[in-house]
Amino acid sequence: MRTTVPFLILAVLTLAGGVAAMTLRRLVHCALALTVSFAGLAALYLNLGAEFAGLAQLLVYVGAIAILIVFAILLTRGGDDKAEPSFSPAGPAGAVLALAVFAVLAWAVETSGLAHPAAIPAAPPEPMRALGFALMQRYVLPLEVIGLMLTAAMIGAVILALREKRPQTPESPRSAAP
Amino acid sequence: MTALPAPTADQIWVWIKAWLVIHTPAPFQALVSIVCIVAAIIVVFASLFALTVLLERKGLGRIQNRYGPNRVGPCGILQPIADAVKSLTKEDIVPRSADHVVHYLAPLVLVAASFLAYAVLPIGRNMTAVNLDAGVLFFFAIGAASELAVFMAGWSSRNKYSLLGAMRAIAQMVSYEVPLILSSIAVVMIAGTLSTSAIVHEQARTTHGIAHWYAFTPWGLAGFILFMIAATAVTNRSPFDLPEGESEIIAGYFIEYSGFKFALFFLAEYLEMFAVSGLGITLFLGGWSSPVSFLAWIPSWIWFFAKLLVLICCFIWVRGTLPRLRMDQLMNFAWKFMLPMTLFVILSAGIWRFLPVTVAGSAALGAVVRWLVCALVVLLPYGTLARTLESGRKIEKREYRFAD
Amino acid sequence: MFGEGILQGLYETAKNFFGSYVEKDRLVTVQFPEERRDLPEATRQFPFLLYDGNDPEAGLRCVSCQICEKECPPQCIHIEKSKDKKPDFVGKPQFYPAVFNIDVSTCMSCQICVEVCPFDAIRMDNEFELSTSNRFAGLLYTKRELAKSNDYYRKIHPTEAAECDERRDKEAEAAKAKAAAAAVAAAKAAQAAEQQTPPAASTPAASASSAANGAAPKPAEQPAEKKPVTQ
Repeated sequence: MRTTVPFLILAVLTLAGGVAAMTLRRLVHCALALTVSFAGLAALYLNLGAEFAGLAQLLVYVGAIAILIVFAILLTRGGDDKAEPSFSPAGPAGAVLALAVFAVLAWAVETSGLAHPAAIPAAPPEPMRALGFALMQRYVLPLEVIGLMLTAAMIGAVILALREKRPQTPESPRSAAP
Repeated sequence: MTALPAPTADQIWVWIKAWLVIHTPAPFQALVSIVCIVAAIIVVFASLFALTVLLERKGLGRIQNRYGPNRVGPCGILQPIADAVKSLTKEDIVPRSADHVVHYLAPLVLVAASFLAYAVLPIGRNMTAVNLDAGVLFFFAIGAASELAVFMAGWSSRNKYSLLGAMRAIAQMVSYEVPLILSSIAVVMIAGTLSTSAIVHEQARTTHGIAHWYAFTPWGLAGFILFMIAATAVTNRSPFDLPEGESEIIAGYFIEYSGFKFALFFLAEYLEMFAVSGLGITLFLGGWSSPVSFLAWIPSWIWFFAKLLVLICCFIWVRGTLPRLRMDQLMNFAWKFMLPMTLFVILSAGIWRFLPVTVAGSAALGAVVRWLVCALVVLLPYGTLARTLESGRKIEKREYRFAD
Repeated sequence: MFGEGILQGLYETAKNFFGSYVEKDRLVTVQFPEERRDLPEATRQFPFLLYDGNDPEAGLRCVSCQICEKECPPQCIHIEKSKDKKPDFVGKPQFYPAVFNIDVSTCMSCQICVEVCPFDAIRMDNEFELSTSNRFAGLLYTKRELAKSNDYYRKIHPTEAAECDERRDKEAEAAKAKAAAAAVAAAKAAQAAEQQTPPAASTPAASASSAANGAAPKPAEQPAEKKPVTQ
């Protein structure tokens, strides 16, 4: 009982956030509701004892992704237009897709043996340390590759942003100066 | 519940809490324990807020050759109470076109996030509210919520100044969080743990009577300075107070708040400052430990708060000295100076970790070599960076593209 | 370049901070309610009405000509003329203001009323602690509150008052001389007329002599009504 009550509260919070993100009219409200959903998910991780995953979720999703969304809204629309919640013709297709994703996930969870508590391996005594060693020893190559890819993406984004600016001020005195 | 700890001066607060918990009925023990910790944190840091406001006003006054507040009570020491009464009794105004729910929630989220950050700060021996395995990570993750609260406040007020303030604030916080986190990574690397209590324990060790504070190493000192600069920016303190910029955008994101909600913003700002200073103390200044072993008889929590007060005074001193930066200066400083410097600090910390402690059988020589090498790794880039950034700058007449 | 400018600034502020505890000269702030600076003579706040002698009613210089009311840019002066007349300082019968109100919440201290007044009846006060708990009635000053003695004027603006007094003394002197001359002339005329007619026209002489006394009015009957003029 002790573990299920917080779980239920957090699950309801997460789902409510998700539903609100889809149904609210104001774009900024949707973004904030989505953030609630992210935070609820992070709390679920923490509730399960996965400290690192939970805090990383909080740091990345609430700290970075939500801010990114919010910033995009701020810079593009001003955030005051109220879009009607429209049901586009792609709706049924989306529902089918969501069901398919759910089915795949359910299948994966069911076959991995995690659904049966007896099969869960005991957590290492120092999960953070174990995680660190795993990332730095066994998975160091994937980690570095991901880092490289992200750096490449960032440089690409910077270059894209730069190129857009250049034609605007072709002969500004600053760029003409030696 | 385990046995009571010894009621020494060092452990007095831990003892009081344990005593209270033992003397409550079993079903409520967990609740009492939580309430004790939360109440203690709220009371202590809220009163520290009051003290700091007074110190700041007095200190800034003296820096500008004024008296500062000296009317309420002897020498004005009751000024915070007067301020509190004033802000509590003021009318709470909500703009008509504001987004009421978000407008209402923003200060609450901000204050809650600021208080949450104290959960992982070790304010004394055995005095960490939640001894998380990933305490440092928790601190930065919670900090993210305050950015969101700032956005909520700025957007929901429906005022262009507050929106501008929020955009500035978020841009600044995001930019300076990078050096903030990177400079703490150096400490995490050396300590080999993300737990704040473990980091403090690591620094509380002494050799020859001197503690192993990370600020006593070249990379630690540089990291500490960079950390505090980034902390100043993240908490929107002067000279990085562009988001508030009274002379440009009036008060930034909390322009439309009045009365108690305004006081909450004020409180949250100071709480963030204390929290981030507390983290700086934990990471670099040995937390609650004393710098030399013959002063170890002073209770650990006094050490922590003494260090905190010193840092607060430094914040006030810097605020009284430096003028506000311009936005482009702010961003250039973050990305062209702070970021490379923190990367070099990490490099220096790595070299420190792998250099041998003894060179040619002599520990003293080893220490000197280690010191010199690591200091050079930080100082050389500092000199080059300062020189190149300076040389690239031309003082020219500024062109105003939109004002003419 | 290496941040030495910042250190220099920090040194400067630290010097200020500690210096302010050591050198009293650094702290130039005047601790207002306890310490006060002497006001310069040209200080002006809001206008007041001058009266001669001791009775604010009888000695009031204002003749209700209403020039100031018309000239006042923010129109903060309100005057109602009296029905009857009373003698002024030279003894001429003049109207006096039945009502004279100044709304100091509107007054902008421009001193135009003082410049235009031909009777030296309105002058600028230097009283600045005027806070009240009532923002309507408390800031509307009536004749009673506005009337202040010439002694008070001499105290707050000595140079200006001396000049004004000199001018008025001369005027009074001239009026007196004129009245005396008129009296002499009238006496002569009366004497001349006495031969023809019985003494009936002694009124001009009587009014002239009473006018000469008018410069120094009779002592006040009710000094309790007088507003205290000390600060």
